[in-house]
Amino acid sequence: MSMFDNFDFSVLAPSLPFLWSGLLFTAKLTLIAMAGGIFLGTLLALARLSAITPLALAATWYVNVMRSIPLLMVILWFFLVIPLITGQPMGAENSAILTFTAFEAAYYSEIMRAGIQSVPRGQVWAGQALGMNYRQTMSYIVLPQAFRNMLPVLLTQTIILFQDTSLVYAIGAKDLLKAAEVAGKNYNRPVEMYLFVALIYFVICFSLSRLVKHLQARIAIIR
Amino acid sequence: MIEIRKVSKWYGQFQVLTDCSTRIEKGEVVVVCGPSGSGKSTLIKCVNGLESFQEGEVTVNGISVGDPKTDLPRLRSHVGMVFQHFELFPHMTITENLAIGQVKVLGRGKDEAIERGLRLLERVGLKSQAGKYPGQLSGGQQQRVAIARALAMDPICMLFDEPTSALDPEMINEVLDVMVELANEGMTMMVVTHEMGFARKVADRVIFMDQGCIVEDATKDEFFGTPRSERAQLFLSKILSH
Repeated sequence: MSMFDNFDFSVLAPSLPFLWSGLLFTAKLTLIAMAGGIFLGTLLALARLSAITPLALAATWYVNVMRSIPLLMVILWFFLVIPLITGQPMGAENSAILTFTAFEAAYYSEIMRAGIQSVPRGQVWAGQALGMNYRQTMSYIVLPQAFRNMLPVLLTQTIILFQDTSLVYAIGAKDLLKAAEVAGKNYNRPVEMYLFVALIYFVICFSLSRLVKHLQARIAIIR
Repeated sequence: MIEIRKVSKWYGQFQVLTDCSTRIEKGEVVVVCGPSGSGKSTLIKCVNGLESFQEGEVTVNGISVGDPKTDLPRLRSHVGMVFQHFELFPHMTITENLAIGQVKVLGRGKDEAIERGLRLLERVGLKSQAGKYPGQLSGGQQQRVAIARALAMDPICMLFDEPTSALDPEMINEVLDVMVELANEGMTMMVVTHEMGFARKVADRVIFMDQGCIVEDATKDEFFGTPRSERAQLFLSKILSH
């Protein structure tokens, strides 16, 4: 008699549409936080490397604060504090998207900062010597190379982000994990549900990390 | 065209340039040589403001480089520069490398920029490489592309910062040939180099630098005939003895 004899996986099929909607939100949260986080993170990185001291200090302060607080606390704080500031509730899902974008920006900014610094000084000189201003040198010369150099690391951070999105469970946002919990309670089969979504998380993360490996080999700039 | 007046520069406490003065007239070819660490590269980068300096003045076509009110990008856009390590943009094809400055800085149309770029590429003998990436070219080829890229901006003068120092010996001549041709066409050139053969062939003047100072600033014949300073004599004897 194996331990699986006690399991009833037949409850999975009717739960699929519900789990799917949870997965969709998890994917949406991941993609928005990734795009927004990389965009804001790049601006933060440029600010940190800027010669304008107050700007550099403000960006450094932001990044260090975000990186020093546990994510779960940031999620709870944003959820509780932002409605107090704006005076209206924003909903768990929107709160989650805002929190993750702001939080991940700090991590992505460190990656982009390393990426920008990995571009040789001479490349900046070459752009400037052609008459490019700061914005042009950054957007045509430095950032494309920084981004390419860092693409595998950015994606790895995104895999971590994808896993971390499960923490929005704490504020009741309906992500994949929350959907599993609800479905598990519905059918009184929580173990099967949690096992199943664990498998989903695993398959997605594993596929993404294979993709990173593949990319690493392909996108390296020929020098 | 280029005037350098009493330029001094410090990195912290360390003085890298001391009271450097010289001028380069339109159409002149001036070679700057000297031992490594003598400030040659720093001086040439002061001409287009890639390096700042604390004292003195540099003007290009009458426009002051050190003046904070000067539109430096605009000034640089018509001062061509070629670097020791080529500095082609590795994420762009050769054609894109040739066109980007023209399109983004000069505002030329893409087709026009590509056409002009390809004409110059043909001139440096590399038309067949247009679709490749810089990493697929040899050092000498990359440097010729870099020269074409600078020329595509229709520069009023060209700065060369040790253009052959990073090249394998067999590739040096292909780059020097392009530079000689350019000099013969009347381009105003300031060239930091150890290639004394090039200097003998096309230079009007030779500047010798040592420890951040311009020690010698003489016509080519004077310089190779009887260098006045002992330091220049020693330098010449060392690099010309083979």
